[in-house]
Amino acid sequence: MRIKRWLLKIAAHLDYPLLFLLFALMLLSLFVQYSAAGEDDAHLLAHGINMLVALTVMVIVANIPPQYLLAMAVPLYTIGVILLIGVALFGDVVNGSRRWLHLGITRIQPSEIMKIAMPLMLAWYFHYHEATLRLKDYGVGALLLAIPVALVARQPDLGTALLIAASGFYVLFFAGLPWRIMVGMAVAGGASMPVLWHFLHDYQKNRILTLLDPSQDPLGAGYHIIQSTIAIGSGGSFGKGWLHGTQSHLDFLPEHTTDFVFAVFGEEFGLLGNILLLLLYLAIIARGLTIAAGAPTLFARLMAGSVTLAFFTYAFVNMGMVSGILPVVGIPLPMMSYGGTAMVIVMLGFGILMSVKTHRKLLKS
Amino acid sequence: MNRPTEIKHYRTELTGFRHRIVIAAGFVVLLFLLLLARFVYVQILEHDRYFALAESNRISIVPTPPNRGIIMDRNGVVMAHNYSAYTLELTPSKIDNLNATIDELAKLVEITPSNRKHFAKIMAESRNFETLPLRTRLTDEEVARVAANRYRLPGVEVKARLFRQYPQGASASHLIGYIGRINDADLKELQDDGRYDNYRGTDHIGKVGIEQSYETQLHGITGAEQVETDAGGHAVRTLAHTNPISGDNLVLYLDSKLEAIAEQAFGNYRGALVALDPKTGGVLAFVSHPGFDPNLFVDGIDSTNWSALNDSPDRPLLNRAIRGAYPEGSTIKPFMALAGLHYGLRTPEDSISDPGFFSLPGSSHRYRDWKPNGHGTVNMHNAIVQSCDTYFYRLANDMGIDRMHSYLSQFGFGQKSGIDMDGELPGVLPSREWKAQHSRQPWYPGETVIAGIGQGYNLTTPLQLAVATAALANGGTTLRPEIVKSIIDSRTGKRTDIAPKVVTRIDIPPAQLQTIVNAMIDVTRPGGTAASVAIGAPYLIAAKTGTAQVVGIRQNEKYNASHMLATHRDHAVFIAFAPADAPKIAIAVLVENGGHGGTAGGPIARAVMDYYLLGKLPKAMAPAPVPENVAGGTVNAD
Repeated sequence: MRIKRWLLKIAAHLDYPLLFLLFALMLLSLFVQYSAAGEDDAHLLAHGINMLVALTVMVIVANIPPQYLLAMAVPLYTIGVILLIGVALFGDVVNGSRRWLHLGITRIQPSEIMKIAMPLMLAWYFHYHEATLRLKDYGVGALLLAIPVALVARQPDLGTALLIAASGFYVLFFAGLPWRIMVGMAVAGGASMPVLWHFLHDYQKNRILTLLDPSQDPLGAGYHIIQSTIAIGSGGSFGKGWLHGTQSHLDFLPEHTTDFVFAVFGEEFGLLGNILLLLLYLAIIARGLTIAAGAPTLFARLMAGSVTLAFFTYAFVNMGMVSGILPVVGIPLPMMSYGGTAMVIVMLGFGILMSVKTHRKLLKS
Repeated sequence: MNRPTEIKHYRTELTGFRHRIVIAAGFVVLLFLLLLARFVYVQILEHDRYFALAESNRISIVPTPPNRGIIMDRNGVVMAHNYSAYTLELTPSKIDNLNATIDELAKLVEITPSNRKHFAKIMAESRNFETLPLRTRLTDEEVARVAANRYRLPGVEVKARLFRQYPQGASASHLIGYIGRINDADLKELQDDGRYDNYRGTDHIGKVGIEQSYETQLHGITGAEQVETDAGGHAVRTLAHTNPISGDNLVLYLDSKLEAIAEQAFGNYRGALVALDPKTGGVLAFVSHPGFDPNLFVDGIDSTNWSALNDSPDRPLLNRAIRGAYPEGSTIKPFMALAGLHYGLRTPEDSISDPGFFSLPGSSHRYRDWKPNGHGTVNMHNAIVQSCDTYFYRLANDMGIDRMHSYLSQFGFGQKSGIDMDGELPGVLPSREWKAQHSRQPWYPGETVIAGIGQGYNLTTPLQLAVATAALANGGTTLRPEIVKSIIDSRTGKRTDIAPKVVTRIDIPPAQLQTIVNAMIDVTRPGGTAASVAIGAPYLIAAKTGTAQVVGIRQNEKYNASHMLATHRDHAVFIAFAPADAPKIAIAVLVENGGHGGTAGGPIARAVMDYYLLGKLPKAMAPAPVPENVAGGTVNAD
């Protein structure tokens, strides 16, 4: 009886519309992963375990009241920044990037922590300066944002840096960042493009150039984009059918279980499948924004809004990259790509959303 | 918009936040619509293109080259065939350090410096991404050794391939020709002709001889295997295949034994011989001596062998039978005599008195007879038998160059014979038009005079001479010479004979022909210029001798072979057909610097006729007699 009551208590902190949508996404994910990995049962099992772990994290976070999350913001952010500095000084180099930090037993990628710590920190800041909000507070927010983004960008991991920047920016946006500043930043950003270009690494420049004309380097940097576009395009209206995608099954698609899994999906399920997936993502985002709109505190609103838009950003950037309208950056498709860390981070975000949704009565406004 | 510096009421702030949520939602929908537009573009509008790309990614067409047709002589003796052997092949595009790989391979199998040199040469000539043979004919043990080490030698393969081989070696080399690796020029030609697709997977192409002229028939049709491949190029499964169709087999008119006898009869002489079947125009023997071993060329000849062949003063690579052009010399006389009868300029009985020279009216220039004091009184018969120059100087002068050209051209002089082999020279049968094209000078009467004995501008190939001789033998039909007798379809086994083709039917009254043939028979009898040729022959031989001047002899000089450079000596020309009463073979022989036609060319022609008509081997080639028989003292050579 106690266990049942305890379970009911836990279950009360879940948002069922959101959970239903997530389950639908996971089901699709299992199907596409089974196909992408060449009908490998072990891979499917590993993917399922990742899901269970991520779901568990989500349930736990959903049960943490927002004020505790608020309390964790500063320590998490501080630890994150320290670890990022540690990476810059002592990190392991993998594939030319210094992204991993050895902590005795395990290696971690501190930039992943920042995906959550960043919006938490800014939401915390604006929550506490809500009453006395001034223009300078946005400046402070921008500075808090700039430090980890710069550290991650230096690794170099431009994709993650942009995502961290985006999740932070969404907090600033929802906190009421004036339009004139946003317009000014956009203009300044546009103007500084040529300068920024010089700071990009050659491979990053190549990725952008490749997007503009993949055929320039069909066997090199353009290969990924060309092959994934071929995969999606060859799927047509209804796709080639589950397990019948040739591009992935014959290894023409690189990274077909991870970053490029969407190409497998598009090849096997066609435009119809893609529309279904877009609708599913859209429904999840709509639910997230609804939760944000109804959230009782500024912190909760900012976190819910930022987490939802970050989720959108992952999905949009990944699908845009795989279908050939955005440069190749290492961003997985949320819930669809194979990979535990990314999935845990995404589900952690949904845990926050659920926490915000289900703890409103307990919060003072 | 709210001024952020103001302390705001909770309500206003919440309204502002919700306002921004709506903006964010609009932003999300907008970007998703952008994605949707992209999906519609690639999956609907451009679907066909991407589908085709995916298919071409996955399906590769692996060509299956056909087996090249076999070439056989008239008796089924193989002149060119294929054998299967293991080759060690490298794909240079897949190898980082070629020399290191070859060094490594040299530890496993024997690789000679000439293998390396040869490989470097074909690599320089090769197409991209080709696999190239480093060594051929690996033993089973060597194959095993390479296979065991293949994992550490990327780009190295052992393949079973078919190789072209010419079992007769140098014999009939100019007729058969050879195949060689497809080079840039061949490639361009194949592409221009639209034949390139049929050569995917094929490395060799006919270069010379009938290997070249029958390339289309011999090559066959390339098959294809549709293979599903993964990104690494590994075949996953075969989706469909069409079998290659082997090239057609060729059966020649050639008698390889006859050919070998003719070649041997040349000894150390350079020259050419063409023997035709006067009924069909079939090429029974085709010699250009010396020849070369075509096997050397199949996989690219190495530089040592190449310079030996190319720099030899004997010019073994020159196909003298179709590309050697020589004056006919006196062998033109029977044809001239026929022309004289045809135009009514002479009767067989008309005689002249030969003082040993001929002069044009009003000129003191003497056109000398080969016999210093002349032949006395000669009629047409004697003029041919003794090869009297004066008779023909006078006849030529009476006939004029126009009629001479018009009549003789019917025998094929001055035109390509149309033989089924490339590279034939047309020779020269001079005429006013020909001279107008080649000189600013008008035609001079003196030029007509010397043309009457086959000198001056006259040039003919041994093949043309054989065609003309065959026309005499068959009573006036100029045939297109044919090397290939029949083509055997590789699929059905159906044999298609190539029909003889008549080029010109010359109207020769039988009596006139008989006059000439009788004279030619007497050429090989005592008193004739080739009397020794027919000694002991149980069949009648009709022949004519000739000598073709290599250097001009001045007016008051005498030709003295023993005082001249070997290469300045006259070429011997000899034509014959036999049996003269029912001809089965017509022969033209040219022996470079052989001197007199009967002496040098006659015995070669006789050996050929003896074998062809009697099956008799020349003494040198007869089976070695058993010692007891030698003791008996009689080896019956007849």
